[in-house]
Amino acid sequence: MLNAMPKIELIVNGRKSETGAQTLAGLLDEHELSNAKVATALNGHFIPEGKRATTRINVGDSVEIVSARQGG
Amino acid sequence: MNVRDQSLHKKQTLSFYGETVPSRLLLGTAGYPSPAILAEAAKASGASVVTVSLRREAAGGKVGERFLEIIKSLGVRVLPNTAGCRTARDAITTAEMARELFGTNWVKLEVIANDDTLQPDVFGLVEAARTLAADGFKIFPYTTEDLSVAERLQQAGCEVIMPWAAPIGSGRGLANVAALKSLRAYFPDVKLVIDAGIGAPSHAALAMELGYDAVLLNTAVSKAADPVGMAEAFAKAIEAGRLGFEAGLMPPRDMAVPSTPVAGTPFFDIE
Repeated sequence: MLNAMPKIELIVNGRKSETGAQTLAGLLDEHELSNAKVATALNGHFIPEGKRATTRINVGDSVEIVSARQGG
Repeated sequence: MNVRDQSLHKKQTLSFYGETVPSRLLLGTAGYPSPAILAEAAKASGASVVTVSLRREAAGGKVGERFLEIIKSLGVRVLPNTAGCRTARDAITTAEMARELFGTNWVKLEVIANDDTLQPDVFGLVEAARTLAADGFKIFPYTTEDLSVAERLQQAGCEVIMPWAAPIGSGRGLANVAALKSLRAYFPDVKLVIDAGIGAPSHAALAMELGYDAVLLNTAVSKAADPVGMAEAFAKAIEAGRLGFEAGLMPPRDMAVPSTPVAGTPFFDIE
């Protein structure tokens, strides 16, 4: 596609990943997590849900996407 | 009864950060044979607070959502943990994510120093507690029985302190009773919860007899042959231990004292 954004490499949940998304919200959309009950962090810093759409992601970034689990 | 301890022995409703908590058993939700057994065990325990965690999500978010549904069905308050975090920074970020996801500012703060012992990194713990308390979190710090660390946690804003009984998952029971007694005596007004290392209902009963406000446990129930039965056993042990504490335990003695009156003993003359 002529207008396709070049993909960038980054780390998602500890694994190398490629994305065409430019924002954290776009990345979640790629992972089919837009409507999921998840929380996010970028490079070790918490990103609230309301700021995902305006939070840009760049080459080499490390993203954490987490959800509820059993815990002790 | 020790004069300094008298206020502790009053019958009182448990509360954490101003929130009344009907049960003195806080239950972990990990490691059960099935979600159904987790739900049954939680009900049998009578726990009104259960611990939960955050983990990396895949599979379109379905795993987390299914677990959230189970927790919601229990009608209990959740206490998210920062289990597995090895630095204050990681624990702070995890706490922030948990606050958004679970909708609570309560956090069971764990900063782990060692993979084999799961010993708390008390330096990172105090550092994280300071930052989180300033950000409005209500912190339940998982710590050791060290009194000076507890004092720093209190100064950081912790109204609840959770010393371990023994390493997480070890089931050894109260490894340092003398230090735990000192902690209780030194902090009569701080909510003290034994967290980790409990293996048997008798361990939990002992913690309550020492005047601890509550017990947090997981593995002893989830890995029991019958988790639901064990949850009930712990509930009863904790209730019995607390009742015993409130009633005032007799002081131990070095020598025997006859319970039957000595006066009038047949064939026995005091000369």
